[in-house]
Amino acid sequence: MSSVPTSSVAPPAPARRPAWAEGLDELRAAATTEPGRLRVIGAVLALLVLVFGAAAAWQVADRAAAADDVVEHSQPLTADAASIYRSLADADTTAAGGFLAGGKGDAATRQRYGKDIATAAELLTKAAQSARSSDAAGEQIARLNRQLPQYTGLVETARANNRQGLPLGGAYLRYANERMRTELLPAARALYEAESDRLAADYADAKAWPWAALVAGVLAVATLGWAQRRHYRRTNRVFNRGLLAATAASVAVLLWLVAGHAVARAGLTESYEHGARSLRVLNEARIDALQARGDENLTLVARGAVLTDDQQDFYEAGFRTGMTDLAGPGERGPAAARSRLGAALALADDEAGRAPVRAALASVRQWQVRHAEARAADEKGDYERALAKVVGGAGSTGEAFDRVAAGLSRALVHEQAEFRTAADAGRGSLGGLPVGAGALTLVGALGAVLGIGRRLAEYR
Amino acid sequence: MSVRRRVLGNLRAVLAPVAAGMGVMAAAAAVLVPTLAGGAGHGAVGGGAGRASTPVVTHPAYGPGTASDTSPAAGCTPRNAAESLRPSSDDGPAVARIKERGQLVVGVDQNTYRWGYRDPATGKLAGFDIDLARAIAADILGPDAKVVFKAVPTDQRIPALRKRRVDMVVRTMTINCARKKLVAFSTSYFQGGQQVLAPKSSAVKAFDDSLRGKRVCTAAGSTGEAELAARPHGAKVLRVPNQLDCLVRLQLGQADAVVTDNALAAAQAAQDPAVELKGRPFTDEPYGVAMNEADTDLVRRVNKVLDDYRAGGAPDGPWMRAYRKWLKADLPDISGPPSPEYSD
Repeated sequence: MSSVPTSSVAPPAPARRPAWAEGLDELRAAATTEPGRLRVIGAVLALLVLVFGAAAAWQVADRAAAADDVVEHSQPLTADAASIYRSLADADTTAAGGFLAGGKGDAATRQRYGKDIATAAELLTKAAQSARSSDAAGEQIARLNRQLPQYTGLVETARANNRQGLPLGGAYLRYANERMRTELLPAARALYEAESDRLAADYADAKAWPWAALVAGVLAVATLGWAQRRHYRRTNRVFNRGLLAATAASVAVLLWLVAGHAVARAGLTESYEHGARSLRVLNEARIDALQARGDENLTLVARGAVLTDDQQDFYEAGFRTGMTDLAGPGERGPAAARSRLGAALALADDEAGRAPVRAALASVRQWQVRHAEARAADEKGDYERALAKVVGGAGSTGEAFDRVAAGLSRALVHEQAEFRTAADAGRGSLGGLPVGAGALTLVGALGAVLGIGRRLAEYR
Repeated sequence: MSVRRRVLGNLRAVLAPVAAGMGVMAAAAAVLVPTLAGGAGHGAVGGGAGRASTPVVTHPAYGPGTASDTSPAAGCTPRNAAESLRPSSDDGPAVARIKERGQLVVGVDQNTYRWGYRDPATGKLAGFDIDLARAIAADILGPDAKVVFKAVPTDQRIPALRKRRVDMVVRTMTINCARKKLVAFSTSYFQGGQQVLAPKSSAVKAFDDSLRGKRVCTAAGSTGEAELAARPHGAKVLRVPNQLDCLVRLQLGQADAVVTDNALAAAQAAQDPAVELKGRPFTDEPYGVAMNEADTDLVRRVNKVLDDYRAGGAPDGPWMRAYRKWLKADLPDISGPPSPEYSD
């Protein structure tokens, strides 16, 4: 053991050697003796274990924070953006409906319209105050805040003219609808997209494997193994309790890290696949239904005043587009796979999720039948019958639409709960990991130092 | 009677030269010329080419080829476009068909205040055109006649007639030669024309250079749009889907003036006391009841109803009563109905 020659006589070192080089020389000098080597090994082992612990604690905390953001911030913000979108579409639909109902349903529709506008304004303020809102979201919020008062002004003017019996009211309502269609709803959609992007980014952050910690962990365990093999070769002693403890602690943290993260990923993935994605499709289905309903109302308000380029009634064409997006091109049978309801059915993972979507689809089919009857009556010139078929009570398209909305609303509540359960289970698996990893690796580092210290003592 | 004729004659005499110098007449003449020359295709309607430079055909020469042509469009000029078949109350196949069905199906507007609109208070259709349609139905089917009103958008008026979805269209529809190739018209029941509408305080005076730099609103695809394209007078044109949208834009300060039929402009003025019609009508647009071109007996029957309706312009006749009820407030300078002109 002592046969290793001491360092050869070196010429006087040049005065300007860098500090690190001198440090390296000292280390090299120390490594020439076994106690020196052991000291170096002990320091490296302790350092590796501590680095692993720090990396694990830091990266897991990061992911836990991202998972918390998903659940506490970006998903609620996305849901709020969806509510803004829905409230605006609902306000527009309600305004047109109230217009058709005339004096009769005015109080109820006014109240609903007022509530929609208040909800949208409130959520816009909330979204604007959220420090996490991105620039893209901020831009859309500003746009919506500019447009909303103009829109409500147009609707009030429409109402005032309509009360005086002037067809001008209808023209104002169509203009208000155009603003909603071309300005407010696209802005609300863009806001929803921005918040959805944010949600997706938080998901990605939360689900990213903690590679640095894993690599550090594997390195620490491998180095511990090598040290113990070296120890066994040189002393024929199988166990060094300190090193063994360090290895056990490191392996435990490594396994915990892998298992905890895998469970969190699974939970988050499930919350995304079965929660967030379903919520998104259902929200879009609800907007489609609202817009189709608004178009249906406006067909009767506009009475052929606006045509598409190929001479179709503009609003009837809009209704058909909305229904196609919602349930596919047909008028009966199951929803097309690429339609919103088809996608929602495919995404729903249990019967409790599928049932309300099926109910909504059945109501869509009923709506289409009744709509065809209303159109036929209107084409025949029987406006009263068409009107009763659209805004009347039982047997009207309005009743069918309300059922569609109710079905989608139930599905949304269910998927929101699914999302929350899965996401909570996922992020729960990360709880305690940062602290646990920190404590265990501290124990491990101590074990490594003590284990090496025991060997060193043999040289005194 | 003779007094009224003279008044109307004077009105026409005043209007005709004004209108004759205008583009629409020239354009209609441009459409007509190939027809006279050898009956070019039916599809060519109202192209803008040669609009201002084509001289107005005042006395079409009835060549040997065209004299025997019985189509109402043959020999049509802007000056005689409003001519229709002589009135008769004899039942032909079309009238018999309506009687058998027991109801008259009329294509109307639902958006034009005072002409054809759905009164939000009652939910019923009302207006000058609606009253006329009811009078026609009452004559054919007797009192308490069943009339089915169908809302026909502007661009659907001719297809609806040709496909017989409606028996007739009573919807501020201008009689012109291009349309007479496709449908038959009654005699004129109202003398309309393009006119400018602007706020009372506006510097816009008429369809002239006072429009320079102004934002002028008109309905896409309308005569007003064509007129503005031919003679913009330095105006910036704002196009909207429906003429009533122009009043919305005017009230919101997005437009300074509106160009549309005086009948429609009057309907707008009736809904906003702050605006008024400016200048005089600058085109000549007689309104007629449109029918399928095969229904000649119905055309004669409607012309008979119109004769009774005009009652020679008597102050207590149906036409004058309807005028006072719906139109006088915003179109005050009309002394009576246009006199009927016949082609046979």
